[in-house]
Amino acid sequence: MAQTMFDKIWNKHVITGEAGQPQLIYVDLHLVHEVTSPQAFEGLRENNRKVRRPERTFATMDHNVPTEDIFNVKDMISRKQMDTLKNNCEEFGVRLAALGDRQQGIIHAISPQLGLTQPGQVVVCGDSHTSTHGAFGSIAFGIGTSEVEHVFATQTIWQAKPKNMGIHVTGKLPKGVYAKDLIMALIGQNGVDFGTGYAIEFYGDTIERMSMEERMTICNMVIEGGAKSGIIKPDQTTFDYVAGREYAPQDMAAASEYWSQFYTDDESAFDEQYEFDVTKLAPYVSWGTNPGMSVPIDQPFPEPVDINMQKAYDYEGLKPAGQARDIDLGFVFIGSCTNGRLSDLEIAANIMRGRKIAPNITALVVPASREIRDEAERRGYAKIFKDAGCEWREPGCSACLGMNPDQVPAGVHCASTSNRNFEGRQGAGSMTHLASPAMVAAAALHGHFIDIRSEAI
Amino acid sequence: MEPITVHTGKSVALMRNDIDTDQIIPKQFLKNILKTGYGIHAFYDWRYLKGSGRPNPDFILNQPSSKGATILVTGNNFGCGSSREHAAWAIKDWGFKVIIAGGYSDIFYMNCTKNGLLPIVLPQAARDVLAKATPEETITVDLVHQKVKYNDHEFAFDINPTWKEKFISGIDDIDLTMSHEQEIEDYEAQIPSFG
Ligand code: SF4
Repeated sequence: MAQTMFDKIWNKHVITGEAGQPQLIYVDLHLVHEVTSPQAFEGLRENNRKVRRPERTFATMDHNVPTEDIFNVKDMISRKQMDTLKNNCEEFGVRLAALGDRQQGIIHAISPQLGLTQPGQVVVCGDSHTSTHGAFGSIAFGIGTSEVEHVFATQTIWQAKPKNMGIHVTGKLPKGVYAKDLIMALIGQNGVDFGTGYAIEFYGDTIERMSMEERMTICNMVIEGGAKSGIIKPDQTTFDYVAGREYAPQDMAAASEYWSQFYTDDESAFDEQYEFDVTKLAPYVSWGTNPGMSVPIDQPFPEPVDINMQKAYDYEGLKPAGQARDIDLGFVFIGSCTNGRLSDLEIAANIMRGRKIAPNITALVVPASREIRDEAERRGYAKIFKDAGCEWREPGCSACLGMNPDQVPAGVHCASTSNRNFEGRQGAGSMTHLASPAMVAAAALHGHFIDIRSEAI
Repeated sequence: MEPITVHTGKSVALMRNDIDTDQIIPKQFLKNILKTGYGIHAFYDWRYLKGSGRPNPDFILNQPSSKGATILVTGNNFGCGSSREHAAWAIKDWGFKVIIAGGYSDIFYMNCTKNGLLPIVLPQAARDVLAKATPEETITVDLVHQKVKYNDHEFAFDINPTWKEKFISGIDDIDLTMSHEQEIEDYEAQIPSFG
């Protein structure tokens, strides 16, 4: 019987349990951050348990980082969470990229960058955007804190295998339209729960041409469509990305050969399969309070068909049939594990080069990791952002979620390259409009959204 | 974990769809390093008035009739959004033992199974009936026979046998897993390494 890539990797990791039931699967890589780990470490201590495989575990600080002055953590509770992580990592022998460390950054950015994320793995983290790592052809999903404790203690996890959905993506992305628009369009057209119970494999010529960074953007956001994981077949692009990184295999030839066994036999292996043609795709902007509430830039906002949509309009102070370009922006955020990588900063910098942001805009540019930050400085992007009037920050989750000092004020609309636009996500009373880095950078210059396809880039 | 076999309790209905984990417990309350104490912040933005921070008298959980409720009846796709287990802790800490929804996000569902919070799936029609339960009435959830009973109504539900067993026995997950330690070691011994 034809098998999916997901099934092949899964089957290789089963330790015990029957198909169709929750099975005990082995975890190759366990990523850890300061918010979802303290109770898990505490559980280990209470029961006198150890971290079974510290060498398969890697921790960083990202959610609470004050990106303006990272060593000046004013919020006492933030500081306590980060200190707790540091002490726990020391006590349990877990590698930690702490504040200021050259490896520090958003966990989903640094793991690929360090070569920790590799094809054919099972990757977990107490964070829903762990799906990002599926871009490498691995099974990657977020887990809760009790599961974090379980993985610490056993290096395994009980999971029922999700169903498999295949999305065949074809065509060339039009100028000004990006991986972010593709995944936003999928969620916008199919809703925030179309993927529930599924792992989604993306394949087809559009995906094959994409860089690892673009693939990560897509897999990052599948969780917003309800899916557990996204996954993309490892190919030469993947191998080239991994090769030579700090924790990459020495014998890349043997590793690549091993990884090449992971592919979907044919489409009949999927439980569901869809076609998605990107040839006529437009840039997307979210108008509402979940990532499914979004429209192409040239389309009006929809009529509300349920109470949720009506509530979203009330919250946002927007009206059906309105246009994204008329949203009264006051804030711009370029960053996050969705779009805070070097290529995202490059796109934004190219748009902002030699120009100034609009007077009504406060703009934060926050690289996803220190390595990205350093490289962006070397390449001159940092200077472009600063000259344009943006604030250039230290790496962290920043205004993706208002858990650190970087918050969008109440009543202010923010154009954001992040992944979630829930009520108050970027700060109490703030309103988030998700879009691609190009759209957000252009919005910063104009003071409102424009159709990036009409800008010469 | 406290075992659950049959539970009878008062209910509260919150019949919205897609209630996300930010709504259940906003991120400003995730900074604690303990598993308890989140109940007073559950549904914070709905429960407390902006500005004054006083309880919103219109919100159902603030009404005296909700006091002591242990069963939450709600909409579809409950617990979507971030993976924070704090959402399950908050609901449990408020006093709920059972949730009856149209469906759950995968992570939230798993988090419930880890914390002795029983997540039941029933179709809309059944939940519409349960939502009518008054503060004087109770609902009985019989996990052993997979039935929800309310007045003359009886609704059967499905649950994965492994999770069912876990709720009924209340066994610690890690001990259960470590009974397979030899298999884990055998597995580790054959993982290929490329240097
Ligand atoms: S950048 Fe945002 S979505 Fe990504 S890990 Fe940080 S808080 Fe979560």
